[in-house]
Amino acid sequence: MNLDGETNLKLKRSLEATNHLRDEESFQKFTAVIKCEDPNERLYSFVGTLQYEGKQYPLSPQQILLRDSKLKNTDYVYGVVVFTGHDTKVMQNATDPPSKRSKIERKMDKIVYLLFSTLILISSTGSVFFGIETKRDIDGGKIRRWYLQPDDATVFYDPRRAPLAAFLHFLTGLMLYGYLIPISLYISIEIVKVLQSVFINHDRDMYYEDTDKPARARTSNLNEELGQVDTILSDKTGTLTCNSMEFVKCSVAGVAYGRVMTEVERTLAKRKGERTFEVDDSQTDAPGLNGNIVESGKSVKGFNFRDERIMNGQWVNEPHSDVIQKFFRVLAICHTAIPDVNEETGEISYEAESPDEAAFVIAAREVGFQFFGSSQTSISLHELDPVSGQKVNRVYELLHVLEFTSSRKRMSVMVRNPENQLLLLCKGADSVMFERLSKHGQQFEAETRRHINRYAEAGLRTLVIAYRELGEDEYRIWEKEFLKAKTSVTSDREALVASAAEKIERDLILLGATAVEDKLQKGVPECIDKLAQAGIKVWVLTGDKMETAINIGYACSLLRQEMKQIVITLDSPDMEALEKQGDKENIMKVSLESVTKQIREGISQVNSAKESKVTFGLVIDGKSLDFALDKKLEKMFLDLAIDCASVICCRSSPKQKALVTRLVKGTGKTTLAIGDGANDVGMLQEADIGVGISGVEGMQAVMSSDYAIAQFRFLERLLLVHGHWCYRRISMMICYFFYKNLTFGFTLFWYEAYASFSGRPAYNDWYMSCYNVFFTSLPVIALGVFDQDVSARLCLKYPLLYQEGVQNILFSWPRILGWMSNGVLSAIIIFFFTTNSIFNQAFRKDGHAVDYEVLGVAMYSSVVWAVNCQMALSINYFTWIQHFFIWGSIALWYIFLVVYGSLPPTFSTTAYKVLVEACAPSILYWLTTLLVVVSTLLPYFLYRAFQTRFRPMYHDLIQRQRLEGSETEISSQTEVSSELPAQVEIKMQHLKANLRQRNQ
Amino acid sequence: MCVHQSINITTKSSSSILFYQFTQQNLPACKPVLTPSWIVTTFLLMGVIFIPIGLVTLRTSHSVIEIVERYDTECIPEKFRGNKVSYIKDSTILKNCSLYLKVPKHMKAPIYIYYQLDNYYQNHRRYVKSRNDQQLLHGLKSNDTSSCQPEDSSNGLPSVPCGLIAWSLFNDTFKFIRESSELVVNRKNIAWKSDRNHKFGKQVYPFNFQNGTFIGGGSLDPSVPLSDQEDLIVWMRTAALPSFRKMYGRIEEDLDADDVIAVHLMNNYNTYSFGGKKKLVLSTSSWLGGKNDFLGVAYVFVGSSSIIISLVFMLLHVKNPRPYGETAYLSWNR
Repeated sequence: MNLDGETNLKLKRSLEATNHLRDEESFQKFTAVIKCEDPNERLYSFVGTLQYEGKQYPLSPQQILLRDSKLKNTDYVYGVVVFTGHDTKVMQNATDPPSKRSKIERKMDKIVYLLFSTLILISSTGSVFFGIETKRDIDGGKIRRWYLQPDDATVFYDPRRAPLAAFLHFLTGLMLYGYLIPISLYISIEIVKVLQSVFINHDRDMYYEDTDKPARARTSNLNEELGQVDTILSDKTGTLTCNSMEFVKCSVAGVAYGRVMTEVERTLAKRKGERTFEVDDSQTDAPGLNGNIVESGKSVKGFNFRDERIMNGQWVNEPHSDVIQKFFRVLAICHTAIPDVNEETGEISYEAESPDEAAFVIAAREVGFQFFGSSQTSISLHELDPVSGQKVNRVYELLHVLEFTSSRKRMSVMVRNPENQLLLLCKGADSVMFERLSKHGQQFEAETRRHINRYAEAGLRTLVIAYRELGEDEYRIWEKEFLKAKTSVTSDREALVASAAEKIERDLILLGATAVEDKLQKGVPECIDKLAQAGIKVWVLTGDKMETAINIGYACSLLRQEMKQIVITLDSPDMEALEKQGDKENIMKVSLESVTKQIREGISQVNSAKESKVTFGLVIDGKSLDFALDKKLEKMFLDLAIDCASVICCRSSPKQKALVTRLVKGTGKTTLAIGDGANDVGMLQEADIGVGISGVEGMQAVMSSDYAIAQFRFLERLLLVHGHWCYRRISMMICYFFYKNLTFGFTLFWYEAYASFSGRPAYNDWYMSCYNVFFTSLPVIALGVFDQDVSARLCLKYPLLYQEGVQNILFSWPRILGWMSNGVLSAIIIFFFTTNSIFNQAFRKDGHAVDYEVLGVAMYSSVVWAVNCQMALSINYFTWIQHFFIWGSIALWYIFLVVYGSLPPTFSTTAYKVLVEACAPSILYWLTTLLVVVSTLLPYFLYRAFQTRFRPMYHDLIQRQRLEGSETEISSQTEVSSELPAQVEIKMQHLKANLRQRNQ
Repeated sequence: MCVHQSINITTKSSSSILFYQFTQQNLPACKPVLTPSWIVTTFLLMGVIFIPIGLVTLRTSHSVIEIVERYDTECIPEKFRGNKVSYIKDSTILKNCSLYLKVPKHMKAPIYIYYQLDNYYQNHRRYVKSRNDQQLLHGLKSNDTSSCQPEDSSNGLPSVPCGLIAWSLFNDTFKFIRESSELVVNRKNIAWKSDRNHKFGKQVYPFNFQNGTFIGGGSLDPSVPLSDQEDLIVWMRTAALPSFRKMYGRIEEDLDADDVIAVHLMNNYNTYSFGGKKKLVLSTSSWLGGKNDFLGVAYVFVGSSSIIISLVFMLLHVKNPRPYGETAYLSWNR
């Protein structure tokens, strides 16, 4: 069942009371009543009872198969359907797939409304004037403009029905000035976005060779949104980590074993320079030696332990070989994993509840304690007998399993070994284990603590291993109590069980400690570091326990040493006490109060530190999150979370993930959710952008995502490069589009003013139809597809550039209105300069006077030149494609004129030979075009000149920097460019912090 | 200022390199950056180019000699001035009129004669649409004259040429006399060649024209094909703006300074009902055409403002030295 994002197997058991029902016939007389909770979305809990043969049996999640579960290692199951359809937990966790539109597009709608109002405004202005003019044509029986024959006019021009004529003219006006609303913009944007997606799909730097998976843009309408992400909500397992644990080191009987260096250790060693980093007490780690050993053994997944003192049965010769034997026995027995024997090769693999458990069992197997079979009541091992040196089969009778919970932080098993000894084998976190050691069991405590600290420093997860021998009497007394607790039907059963377990898990004898590495995906810390530099907040929403989540937070530089942690949790002793009392309403009330108090404290902490440079990291667990997401607390929680540099939510259900996403989205900030499992689907759909990791966990996340990438680290390029580019491209493209259409539309309007608003367009119909199709569209598309303000390399080098998108600088209202007024201004310049230059005088040597056709061509040429040159001015990235499109569009206009003008006059009407015969030989025409185009571009150029010099934007600075090619970095980079890579520094600091915490 | 970036990939053919660069958005590109020196240079350059062009244009415009004489009021006898419209509509009165023009400077042939109408909306949508290009080219063979309404026919027969434009043909005539000898006015080739050859039929003769109850403008000689009716052709090429000139003819001899030219004209055309002006224009032409100072002035203006801008910019640049890379100017750091 992969709803919680974990790939490992979950152990499901039927109730023992129903174990005798083994075939269909036995069900014939089976009657039972199941009482259970209402449908809900909580995956980790189930409250219910089975009433069977007059007895009540509690039902726990262990007995429940959730919908979408896959059955493994079991041939068949008899069961009862408890909930169906929308009542299932999966469906309760599902959210409706939303249709997503980018912010820019939504803003564009507003601009279109604005333009539509403008359109109506100028149309009605025109209509009013037209109505007045038309009405005056018959003035008290006298005909004014006789050449129009107003007395014999159709309804469109009838002075006697002037208001109606004016209204009809209004409709004409809507058609005529329709160029203000660029229908072609929508088409162009679609084309551009599809091409942008193609580029994303083809990016080599986002192609993952190991799995042969390129990045995939599954939707094209969110490309520009990628450049505006403010908060990333990330899943942990499979997204940040590879979801595989490796057994790396162990400390047994006060001696540290394991020579492999972790990545963190390596960076540490590098930092220390010549001084070699000592791995253990006796020997320095020589790479050569290390290498030899690595080569000798085959590499095993989950096992990265190299030490010749332990491996290949050598442990027998160690001073404390009996402790070592016990140590690995605990590893081999104390777990809930299931062996999976490959019939052909005899190899054994394990399916475990958590990957670290699998790592332990594998480690035990590699050392010589092969766990090969388990049943409800026994565990079988192949063991090396230190005396005879033979492999022997040993069967341990499994008595009880005291399971791991996040509050207990340990698990134990009780077994009876073949020598009929009762043993309690226990493993758990150091914080709870050391206090449970018996007096004589503390022999190696000091060394072990030292080793654990060292392991923690190396970024490893540690567990303490201990055991205890039990007396038969003690066991019997305890078992009674334990069983009573276990079969109690009250909802505080868990608490009862825990307290029972507590009684037996004491006086332990320390054996040693293990260190497991939770492997981060490649490049994750660097990527998160870059994203943080770009000002993007990263929230981790994970189903993991709090300790794991915090650990990973440090490992991937989300949490840093200089950060202050605010932890909101309900796992406090007070709460546990309350839960024991079992008053549900009281628990709710107190929990709410407690969460409120903690949040309030957090806020005051943040507020008091506002002046100083302290940043905060917020950690909250699932239970508290439930309360924090309550309507009343929502806002307070959000306020706190937004002030924190990073937020980690642990133990969160898919629904909670989606709710948190919605909460963040509610602030108007762009959210990006990234995840790989089915449990992330809700989050991916809820976020503005959902990014799926096409990893090992199947396709469900990918199918509901908007973008799919193979590795978390590709997110950096997807956002900082593609996101930034697409944002810039689309916003520039839209601005430019409005500019060019306003320029064109308003020349028509000014001309109307000189044609008594009669609705005569200034240009031939075909010129107008081709404007958006041929003469101006291709350069815009080239802008939208190819433009780059700075190269990909510089985008990554100066991540702060990304803020241009987050703060929406390129698509702010001042900028949009600026472009629009530039369009109107351009129209004014074009119209008045052209009409005044080519007034009514002869415009060529042979004395021909200007007419409608010539003026139209002259104006239109200026418009085509002006908008295309404007394009050339506003981009600063020219490949041959840009050159071809921009200059080609202008050339196309002249080619069009020649071709269209050579068609028969009945078709070409006013364009007949207008360029060849009339305009081209006229010097005045060309001089006018030059003057008008330059004057039109002058205001924008002037603005750009002063703006780049005196109010430069970030990309202007970077461009300038690149041009100068200077080695000095832009100041924001300086603190990063110290001699150490930032993430190493950060990691070092976090490890120190981690250490300090443990020592407290 | 162009930085060409390309990456080295060991690919076999150049087309695949190109394709690779294309898909990786890594094509060699020119990336101009607006540096202060570029800005100053551009503005200076614009000034340097534009001012001379402007001066030459202005000079050329000034070399054109133009005589403009408004005659719409003068040509109405004193007693009718109170009611000009009824005077012009009265077809029984012979509306001849004389003007005397003094030539200010030597005018070199050819001297173009224009009539200029002001406040005349030849670009009105209703007016412009009221024509039939098919009929102008093919005559009565094209019988769909609905586009010509309301002047598509009279007395039940279609008119050729039909439509408001043709119907409102300008019909003032001018005669020029210098020292009692009449100046020859060449009235051929005043229309565009393409119009004569391709828009107006050689075999199409005026028919049933100006036969309606309400006479608009001038009438046409039914024995002359439309392609030779150059007055009509010029008139039918509608003007762009409500104030326009149309060519009437050419005087193909020089006029000397202080020559006095008597113009005998027939003031037939009604511009009085809509308050339009009528002007007679005699003008020489230059390589730029007629007299219009606007272009030259605009060039000089744009050129000189460019130079001023570049100076202002330079001044500010020097006064506010600011090392690049200062993020304090970034909007989100303010």
